Amino acid sequence: MQESNKMTREIYINETNCITPLGFDVDSNIEAILRSDSGIQLHSDVSLMPNSFYASIISDENINNAFAEISSETKYSRLEKMMILALEPIIKNSGVELNSKTALILSTTKGNVTALKDNSGDSFNNAHLDVLAKNIANFFKFQTQPIVVSNACVSGILAVSVAKRMIQSELYDTIFVVAGDEVSEFVLSGFNAFQAMSELPCKPYSKNRTGVSLGEAVAAVLISAEAKNTKIKIIGDSSINDANHISGPSRTGEGLFRSIQNALKEAQIEGNKLDYISAHGTATPYNDEMEAIALNRLDLQNVPINSLKGFYGHTLGASGLLETVIAIESANRNMLFESKGFDEIGVSETINLIEKNEEATIHFFLKTASGFGGCNTAVIFEKIM
Amino acid sequence: MTQNKTYIQSYIKIENNEIVLNGETVFKTEPTDFGDFSKQAYRNFDIQYPKFFKMDALSKLAFLGAELLLSPITSSETENNIALVLANKSSSLDTDVKHQESISDKENYYPSPAVFVYTLPNICLGEISIRHQLKSENSFFIFEAFNPEFMSNYSNILLNSNKADTVLCGWVEFFNDNYKAFLCTISGKENTKYTNETINTLYNK
Repeated sequence: MQESNKMTREIYINETNCITPLGFDVDSNIEAILRSDSGIQLHSDVSLMPNSFYASIISDENINNAFAEISSETKYSRLEKMMILALEPIIKNSGVELNSKTALILSTTKGNVTALKDNSGDSFNNAHLDVLAKNIANFFKFQTQPIVVSNACVSGILAVSVAKRMIQSELYDTIFVVAGDEVSEFVLSGFNAFQAMSELPCKPYSKNRTGVSLGEAVAAVLISAEAKNTKIKIIGDSSINDANHISGPSRTGEGLFRSIQNALKEAQIEGNKLDYISAHGTATPYNDEMEAIALNRLDLQNVPINSLKGFYGHTLGASGLLETVIAIESANRNMLFESKGFDEIGVSETINLIEKNEEATIHFFLKTASGFGGCNTAVIFEKIM
Repeated sequence: MTQNKTYIQSYIKIENNEIVLNGETVFKTEPTDFGDFSKQAYRNFDIQYPKFFKMDALSKLAFLGAELLLSPITSSETENNIALVLANKSSSLDTDVKHQESISDKENYYPSPAVFVYTLPNICLGEISIRHQLKSENSFFIFEAFNPEFMSNYSNILLNSNKADTVLCGWVEFFNDNYKAFLCTISGKENTKYTNETINTLYNK
């Protein structure tokens, strides 16, 4: 049975990039985080919401100016421009040939859903996620059919896990992953109908948290089986459903608990080896409480933890990948970033919130996410020392 | 990664007012809309699960297919490590359009959480997981058309890496009352029934 058992391929993240309100590359984002800047601002735009609201939104002018520097094409949607901007430098820097062993994974929850506002057939066609993916793949001339992951708010980190698995199975050698979502009337109205929006900038894990601030961003990474130009390895992953409720997390954090447990097992490390957790922390009362319970069940309550939602808001299908990109910088710079928006602990179990930026040696770190439909994902990374 | 052989165990197709299980028609109605067809199917198979009626059409379609494939092989007493790997073309657009309609007229603005929650294609995975108590791997993918190569490769990865004992994989497409579901169970358990078939030939049968 085991005669064909080769060494499982080791998987690396070679390149990263992000397009956010805090900057259009990784360095400018980190500088903003170190200054404690947040992308979350008060907006009054009746085309998005009847009342004013807090959200983390990128200016159209910045997107258009940056895009004009790489292409004169006018046919791309706002989200497509952001995705192209995120991928362009890492495809160029990597020098990777876009051949039959190179894939593109695109992660999003709602893609070009704004196209539904227009009743024309052409516009409707653009709301299809496969059309979005094809537009991006064709811009760069990928030879393989793009793969779209659309699994609610775990999409961005699940895409990393899918890429790792596909490269381990030797279907591909190199995978570019791009994850993005926009702040839209569609999503704002839905979260508002759920009464899940915060009146003030979101406050993950805090006593007075009342819900999410929405945000928009695109992140992109290059994943491969080569250790080129990187110290970051993906060493364990799992994505387990709660099997409990479609619009709320399990009270016991069962799916997240199992996801982390499985990821640790595959990584072959004990939980006490983790130096940092980049958690989901949406700042809804139920989500943050659920995470604290799951982490305590795993005895991870002392591991330094943050949520980056205070900087970026909840960027939906982008969040898992964006927060991974920032966590990788944490590890590379041996610096734990503050969990912005946190004041007084507001979950029933102990967790070790990072209250201000501090230096720390980061060898192993964990990224988690949870979302509607009861989904959860955990991925463990190692920095080669 | 070890590449052990995997086998298709069972498959189901739902389209054109008909449900075909392992090649046999198990339910059929006169031409009607999906709402009526799905309700008749639910009654026919005596499914006791009132939550069914709260689901959107995509979830009902996926739920019905999963019901006939998984009920015989799952039990509430044991853990069922059955991964869910589904895909389609239209994501949740059928429900997205309904949510969009509820917000497009500012004089008649009525967004509803009960609709909004179904504006994600993976909600159907959650519905199946709850019904069959599957605390297991699940992921939803979007492709232009049924992509048998990806679906079987990804299912085999989950089986070969021991992330699942069985995978329920397939295509669940619903938009504007046009629908097609093709689901199958795959595992390492030897089954000679479909050795000459692939998920592609069964899908197109």
